[in-house]
Formats: sequence, C-alpha cells, structure tokens
Amino acid sequence: MKKEILKLRDIKVHFPVKAGVFNRVVGHVLAVDGVDLDIYRGEVLGLAGESGCGKTTLGKAILRLVEPTDGKVKYISNDEEETELTSLKKTEMDEFRKKLQIVFQDPHSSLNPSFTIFGSLQDPLKKFGIKSKEQRRKIIGDLLEAVNMRREYMDLYPHEFSGGQRQRIGIVRALCLEPELIVCDEAVSALDVSIQAQVLQLLMQLKKEKNLTYLFITHDLSVTEYLCDRIAVMYLGRIVELCDSEDLYGNTLHPYSEALISAIPVADLDKQTKRIVLEGDVPSPVNPPKGCPFHPRCPKAKDICKIETPKLKKYSTNGNEHFASCHLVDLPEVS
Amino acid sequence: MNYKNNIALSVRNLKTFFYTNNRCNKAVNGVSFDVEKGKTLCIVGESGCGKSVTASTIMQLLPTLSRIEEGEIIFHKDDHKINIEKLEKNGRAMRAIRGSDIAMIFQDPMTALNPVYTVGFQISENLKYHTNLNKKQIREKCISLLNDMGIPLPEQRIDEYPHSYSGGMRQRAMIAMAMACNPKILIADEPTTALDVTIQAQIFELMEKLKKENDTAIILITHDMGVVAELADNVAVMYMGNIVEAGTANDVLRRPTHPYTKALLESVPVLGRGKNQKINPIKGSTPDPYNRPIGCQFAPRCNWQTESCDIMPEIKQINNTHQIRCHKYEQFFEKYNEKRNS
Repeated sequence: MKKEILKLRDIKVHFPVKAGVFNRVVGHVLAVDGVDLDIYRGEVLGLAGESGCGKTTLGKAILRLVEPTDGKVKYISNDEEETELTSLKKTEMDEFRKKLQIVFQDPHSSLNPSFTIFGSLQDPLKKFGIKSKEQRRKIIGDLLEAVNMRREYMDLYPHEFSGGQRQRIGIVRALCLEPELIVCDEAVSALDVSIQAQVLQLLMQLKKEKNLTYLFITHDLSVTEYLCDRIAVMYLGRIVELCDSEDLYGNTLHPYSEALISAIPVADLDKQTKRIVLEGDVPSPVNPPKGCPFHPRCPKAKDICKIETPKLKKYSTNGNEHFASCHLVDLPEVS
Repeated sequence: MNYKNNIALSVRNLKTFFYTNNRCNKAVNGVSFDVEKGKTLCIVGESGCGKSVTASTIMQLLPTLSRIEEGEIIFHKDDHKINIEKLEKNGRAMRAIRGSDIAMIFQDPMTALNPVYTVGFQISENLKYHTNLNKKQIREKCISLLNDMGIPLPEQRIDEYPHSYSGGMRQRAMIAMAMACNPKILIADEPTTALDVTIQAQIFELMEKLKKENDTAIILITHDMGVVAELADNVAVMYMGNIVEAGTANDVLRRPTHPYTKALLESVPVLGRGKNQKINPIKGSTPDPYNRPIGCQFAPRCNWQTESCDIMPEIKQINNTHQIRCHKYEQFFEKYNEKRNS
C-alpha cells in the first residue's frame, strides 16, 4: 500500500511586482498557481518543465524556503501522524527541516568558500544535538565515503574540488541529518555528461540504502524517464500532466508534454521522431493567458480552450492513474 | 592532399597553447578536420576539451596569453585559399573575413549582445562594414533578416534593446547578425545550451533551413549527443585537445569505436528506452590540463588500458570517412563486422 509523505493542497506562490516612486504593488507574478500533489513514501517524483514554469519555486515552497501565499503542505510521519507545515512557527519548523532536505542546482555557489567542508557541514549536526566533535567528524566522514569520496576531503576547501565532487558534497550536506525526503533541484544539470551519470547512479544507490523519497526537479525529460517513478509536467505555475513515467512517454495526454518530449534531441539514430515545434515563447506569468494557459502555443487549440481553464482530471491509462488538464482528452474520466 | 571542391574550411594539425604562470596548457593539441559546404560538422566533448578554443582559433579571437603554435587553417574562398593563421589578428584582411565570410554565434545570448545599443544597430554594424548598402537599404535588410528568423513585428522590434527580448529571441537576433552577410561558414558555439528544449527546437529548425537555402557550412559545437544525432552530417569527438574519433554521423553513432565515444554514448539516458536502461558512468574525471597523462589522454579512465597506451596513438583511417586515435581500434571494430556477418 502506498503511503503519502507529503500532501500539497492548492499551493500558491505569488510574488508582488512593485513599480513607481512609492513602490506600489502593480501586479503579481503567479509563480505557482494552485498545485495539488501527493508524494508517496519511497518514490521518485519528477517535476519537469521549462524555465520560469515555477518548478523550483514549488520545491522551495514545500520546505518553506519561500513562504507559500496560500495553500497547505501536510507532512505525514511514518506512524501516520499529520502535521500541517504551513501553519507552524519558525522554531517548530526546525524539527521537520531534519526530515525534508534539498540539494541545490549550482554546486559552485552553494558551498561557502571560506569554510572547509567540515566547517560547512557540521552546523546542522551541532544544532541537532551532536555535541562531540569526534562524533560529528565520524558522521561526515562516513557519509563522504558513502558518496565515493575520501574521508580526508572534509578538511579541504570547496575550490579544491571539481563540479561533480562539489555536487556530491551537496548531497552529503542534505544527507547528514538522515532526511526522509530530498528535493533535488536540478541536481545534475550543471554537470558534464560523464559526471552526471556518476551522480545519478549515486542518487539511486543512496535511495535504496537509506530508503529515501526524492522530488526530482529538472528540465531534462530523458533524465526523468530514467530516474522517476512518476512525473509531473508543469506549465506556467500549474501541473498539466501527472502520471507514471512510462505512461508519460507511451500515452501522452497533454499536447504540451507531447511537444516537450518531441523537442528533446535523442542520441539514437534509429529513434528519430518528428519534432513538434511550438511557436513563440512561454507567456509572462504576470498576466497568463485566459482559459487554458497553453492555448496560444497549442497546435490543437479549439475555441473552448480560449474561454475555459481546464481542471486537472483523473483518467486511466494501462490501469494506472493519469492526471491531465486538457479539454481535448477523449478518455472517460475516472473518479 | 586531395583537394576537393566542396570543402569550405580545412584545419590541419592545429595547435593552440595557453601560457599562464609559467605553465603551458596545450588546449588544442594537433586537430585536423574538414568542413564541407552545406554540411554540418558537430564537435562534441565535455567541458575543457578544447572545442570552444578550436572555434575561437578559427575566428582569431584568442585571448592575449595564447597563440597558435603550429598548423594550418585554410579557408577556401571561391577558388583561392587563404591561410587564416598567417593573417594579422586584427589586421584588415582578417577583419574582412570575420563577420562576412566566417561568422560565429556565441553560447550565451544574454551576454553576447551589447545592452546599450539597439538590436537593429548591432545587426547593421556587420552590413555597414562589409557591404555597400546605404542606410535605408541596411535597415530594410535588417528587418527582412529579423523576419526570416521568425521574430514577430520586426519593424518595431528592430529599435528595441536586448533586454526586451526573451532568451530565444536574443539567440535569433544573434543568428540574424551572423547571417547578415551570407557567410560561407557559420560557427555555432553551444548555441542552445542556455535555452529551453522547445526554444532549442525552434533554433535548430532555423539552422537547418539556413543550411539548405544558403549552402552554408556549419560547425556546431555541443556537448549533447542528442543534438549530434539530430543535426550532424559529420562528427568529431574531442577529448583533452585531441580529436579521438571522427567520421560521418552514421559511422560515429552507429559504430562508435573509440572507448571514449562509446562511454560517452553509454553515460546518457536516452529518451524512449524506459526505466530499465543501463547507464554506465565514465570512471574518474577529466585530468588537470597542466598535469596530463603521457600518451593517450583517455588511458587512465579507459577500461581497455594497456602498456602501449603510454605512447600517443596515431590517427588511423578505418574507412574513407571514419578515423580514430586508438591503439586497439581493430579489436573493437572487428566486433561490429562480426555482428554484421552473423
């Protein structure tokens, strides 16, 4: 039986746009605009989309690194106790920070250059009650070995490491409090292909050993296919499709996901597909188009798409749940 | 050397070294290739392998602490040859080629455009120096270029500054700039790395169109094997300043023979192969350029390393188009022949 670890209900993150002499609020960037999502224990959930679609903001809103404007994030512990994270005070939140961690995108800017690795990594351990330095060194040393690095590396400075090594240190940082869920925000995008494969394998291996759950944020759909159990595709702050990873590639329901998949260059001469070239750019999230946010670029748009915003509805493909928000899906809706 | 008429640019044994702190970085160490008219040559490799340096060497845009050590860059203009490496860096002859015969698209459209000039001004600069058009004609040409690139409302957009363009539009403006004088050769240095996949698809469509219509030779520099599979006619795989394998896209992608090319292809997840596909990372990381392995540069990371790898392997021709720098290539290549025969 699948158990949830996080439940997101109608999450909204709006950033005010200020202008003029008095810095009056003239509008809002609707970075995340109503997202419902359940994350199950032990799964890898991919969150894919183009830049500016709100995927990073959603990842940060879950950890309250960005305060959500509206909506609820519920954490369900192993013994099925529900806590609403969004209503907690800052000090109360600390307890849950231990369980929810993040690996940042850019390994070059997410480590403090004036501290050694041990100096950077020991702070959270100190905060959560590991008083003896010996013990802290042991924990960090063990973790460094777990990510195929040498124990002695903890006394070096970040500039002495290559990009792939730094990303692994970022993973150690996230792991040192024994979290249950890790948000990987474009964790492999900044790395070279050969290093990227090393980090991907490491992530999978750690998941097995430590029973982790990942929310894997990326723009690279070929990585999500390899890594993820389920994939959510975002467009302009909303989830447009959510389903098992095989179904996303085999039975695509939303025209945006279809275009996104067809646009990815495939490194296989036998598998070349026809590119669906979308016209124009992603519209501004300050005033998204009326109706379906995708309709100005959609090759299949009909009149109804301009008027009515489609809701995320549940369908079934290959016996699996498959959510999509499009008027043009001609499958029967499942309750 | 067999001289072919359809070759636009040939590079022979090119060496570009960087000198810093009394140390020498052999960034490009003996690279040879030909670019044919109306064809795309993709140079693939990881960061630091010298692919961008090769591009800026051809354009003579190297920084001050580096120089072309050896080798030839021959540009075949109509019927006569021009040796680019012999031209003065910022001399009249080089300036006449740069931008008109050979043009370049840079990686990051956010920084490659000058924020204080309008896009129209930046495109027209090229036309001003290389053509005899008058002001009005230049403006018309700019508008038609922007129109060709698929920028909406070019009459208005031409007077706007780069900040009001989106990433994809800026890259189109860059391509418009490069295509302004109908160059014979277009060098694109990772033109879509900073862009989203849907915008990348638009740019590729555009480049294919230009190649067909103007018979332009394109040198496309990339790190993405997927891009290679989609666009390349010919491929050169670079590692630590050398081309380790070169050939047609068919040769290199269907019968990758160098261990590095193979490893590179196996290390990326491929769309459509599902969750159970195997990816094999390449062990270790690229060596420090100031402290290189002797002999074959890939040897320390290679699974088939032997003692003979201490000597740098020569380039060997497998067939007419396919060449490789590896001692043991025969062994690898036999496997493909066996497979085909069985």
